[in-house]
Amino acid sequence: MSRPSTHHAIPGFSLTMGYVSIYLSLLVLIPLSAIIFKTSGIGWTGFWQTVTAPRALASYQLTFGASLIAATLNAVFGLLVAWVLTRYKFPGRKILDALVDLPFALPTAVAGIALTAIYGPTGWIGKWFEPYGIKIAFTWIGVVIALTFIGLPFVVRTVQPVMEDLKPELEEAAATLGATRIQTFTRIIFPQVFPAMITGFTLAFARAIGEYGSIVFISGNLPYKTEITPVIIMSKLEQFDYQGATALALVMLVVSFILLFVINFLQRRSMKGKVKIL
Amino acid sequence: MSQGGSQLDRPHLNDPWWIRLPLIAIVVGFLVLFLLLPLVVVFVEALKGGIGPYIKAVTDPRTLAALKLTLIVSGSAVILNTIFGVMAAWCLTKFQFKGKSFLTSLIDLPFAVSPVIAGLIFVLVFGRQGWLGTWGKDFLELFGHLAGHYQNPIIHWALLKIAALADVKIIFALPGIIIATTFITFPFVARELIPLMQTQGIQNEETAASLGATGWKTFWRVTLPSIKWALLYGIILCNARAMGEFGAVSVVSGHQQKTNTLPLHIELLYNEYQFTSAYAVASILALLALVTLILKQLIESHLHSKA
Repeated sequence: MSRPSTHHAIPGFSLTMGYVSIYLSLLVLIPLSAIIFKTSGIGWTGFWQTVTAPRALASYQLTFGASLIAATLNAVFGLLVAWVLTRYKFPGRKILDALVDLPFALPTAVAGIALTAIYGPTGWIGKWFEPYGIKIAFTWIGVVIALTFIGLPFVVRTVQPVMEDLKPELEEAAATLGATRIQTFTRIIFPQVFPAMITGFTLAFARAIGEYGSIVFISGNLPYKTEITPVIIMSKLEQFDYQGATALALVMLVVSFILLFVINFLQRRSMKGKVKIL
Repeated sequence: MSQGGSQLDRPHLNDPWWIRLPLIAIVVGFLVLFLLLPLVVVFVEALKGGIGPYIKAVTDPRTLAALKLTLIVSGSAVILNTIFGVMAAWCLTKFQFKGKSFLTSLIDLPFAVSPVIAGLIFVLVFGRQGWLGTWGKDFLELFGHLAGHYQNPIIHWALLKIAALADVKIIFALPGIIIATTFITFPFVARELIPLMQTQGIQNEETAASLGATGWKTFWRVTLPSIKWALLYGIILCNARAMGEFGAVSVVSGHQQKTNTLPLHIELLYNEYQFTSAYAVASILALLALVTLILKQLIESHLHSKA
């Protein structure tokens, strides 16, 4: 598989390989391994007690539950947005298309305070729900909204290139054979974009689990109620409980790496376009 | 119907108006309410007290200090990751070797790490109880001790200087913020370059090399001109994320005024109930996001017209 000739034809292999290995090790691999070493210092019982404390369990429920709901919402709306942006012409389409990337470009802290201003009890949208006793900000609903905001571009940007590449001939053939539009969509179009949708869903889910900046403002950070796992890690750090923080971080890292593995697997199997993550 | 993509050209594949219009309305309404509104609200809240207080908040010395720090940090992270990105793309696309796809996945690793955890790992490495924290003390003692043995003023001075290196503050100081931000934005440039250089292949570089060009010359004259737009694209994305990074920087900055970047300064103002000022500072970063989106769009249309 390796062609020796290429090693000699272009210079720079040892230089770039050496640089990349050293930089990657120093900046990423060695620091990440610190998590494992630090956790092994507290022993199995200590680790287990920290990661199964009731407050930690409540935070997993919120973090993973809200991320799952947000990623599902993203899959549904992302598919719809991608469909309308690739299929229909209307004034302002290009601007809306560019707007989809806003959550990537807008710093999370800015998104956090902006969403709080909108969905807070006296906010632009929040005040319409307040009279009915529905609170959005400072509840789990606010967390879901922030995570949906953060994750939307992932699904749109994974589905869009696949939708653009769909072969019109297939749909024409289906129409010629007497299929209705709904049949064409469910039998021809949807199966083709489904893998991309799942990849986008997983990317949005992975991003949502680790999210901190936008949540910390809108959730209110009430222990047992609206406290996500990264916020617990942060508060443990502020109390200099490095071992406790590290134990929780290890749990999150394991989940994230499993998801990364799944994403890699899905992308290798089915991706046509490349995904841009910001 | 005017000209457009392949599907837009075929009116008979287009859905009837009673499907099309409601779907367009839902999507436009959703994007405006859900994405555009947060952007608008930042500027409206920032200008609530009028233009005077807005300018005062934006030109406040604390804000300007935070802006300066943000620019230093994002500039450093962009330079470091651009050098890395070019090196990694060269290594991964111009040569064949075992473990290539594994190395490619490793580059993506920081994307899977929560920002708070990214900050935490550097506290574990560089913090006072961390690996380098304890080594640093030994290092300082060793070289301080050595310096005491040498009477020669130059050697004595040099050993003291080396010992002082161990005393450089990394965590809760500028170097830590730069390192954490570099970690978070690590894959951006590499990710843009690798797929492009993969499709470009190695023929041009091989030709240049066979004509006797050095590696450096080949890179400057042959490779760089063909990847410059993708490189710029990666740099812009990297910069936007670096300037806006909050979680990781929050952990390593130690919550003190002199190590506040713009996002941390927003949090500080917000927690002090200075909401209008917080939104005013946020509007600087919102503008950055808008500029990023516009540049991104321009470069994308440039890349597409070339393809």
